[in-house]
Amino acid sequence: MSRDWPLWEIFVRSENGLAHKHVGSLHAADAQMALQNARDLYTRRNEGVSIWVVKSSDITATDPAESDAFFEPSEDKTYRHATFYRVPDGVKHL
Amino acid sequence: MSGRISYVLRFGDNALVLAQRSAAWVAHAPIMEEDVALANVALDLFGQAKLWLEYAGELEGLGRDADAFAFHRDAAAFSNVLLVEQPNGNFADTIVRGYFYDLWASLAWEELTRSRDERIAAIAAKSAKETAYHLRRSHDWLVRLGDGTECSRERAQHAVDRLWRYTGELFLGDEVDAAMMEAGIGFDPASLRDPWLERADAAFATATLARPADGWMQRGGKQGRHSEALGYMLAEMQVLPRSYAGATW
Repeated sequence: MSRDWPLWEIFVRSENGLAHKHVGSLHAADAQMALQNARDLYTRRNEGVSIWVVKSSDITATDPAESDAFFEPSEDKTYRHATFYRVPDGVKHL
Repeated sequence: MSGRISYVLRFGDNALVLAQRSAAWVAHAPIMEEDVALANVALDLFGQAKLWLEYAGELEGLGRDADAFAFHRDAAAFSNVLLVEQPNGNFADTIVRGYFYDLWASLAWEELTRSRDERIAAIAAKSAKETAYHLRRSHDWLVRLGDGTECSRERAQHAVDRLWRYTGELFLGDEVDAAMMEAGIGFDPASLRDPWLERADAAFATATLARPADGWMQRGGKQGRHSEALGYMLAEMQVLPRSYAGATW
């Protein structure tokens, strides 16, 4: 074990049916300890019914330097938004 | 003082003293995450202590609340087992002390949920869930430290060796235990010894630690005969309400 414990990203689901949401990160020696630390750090006030932990180094993220190429092309394609379609009367849950 | 009051106070004092000990780790734990975890355990135990001490006050009927029991009794009136008042020492000492207590408490709550006294059964049922988590945590750390580095293993084994002499008292009954058992309110402390040893042995095996040889066991905490260490702890815990009577937040 190295002297510095790895960083873990913590995801908490607040109630059944909702998606897990990123709540923060913490240090732990392994996944089991990460779960327990997450329980103590992020669900103290009854926030969760489920916890995921992922080693931060296992997350592949977009490069901020490339965000132009990644995200800008969609800026002028407003027709991709559903606002261009008329919603028939009587349609619920949209 | 009736047997039932004494009986209830013992559980309250165990929780209160261990809570105060655990809380002293805040801002001193090896890592920030552990700081919060130890504080959580302490808060759970303070909560359990409050339930027991409040009930003791109601049984007594003299108007004493949980604070009166916590802050206005001297060491000789405390009836916690000697194990929980042992100083924090290093992190391994704290973990082993917690593990020995958590394992005993989880067995005790199991017995008390069947108590004929509904209030005691309810407090035990609530405590059982919290203690189950405390036990999982202290067991995990015991294994990590024992089966960890040479240094952590040495400290864990030393803690086990040093604290072992305080485990005998957990299973030692007296006339209060006998009366409560007779009334269907309490349990026989000796009956917890075998399951406790069985689980502790399994934990020692996983943690590659050795169970100390049977030797002299300290006793007397339940009857109010405490080590010097409790006096210092209480002095710190009680100084504010005793110096400023009626102080509130």
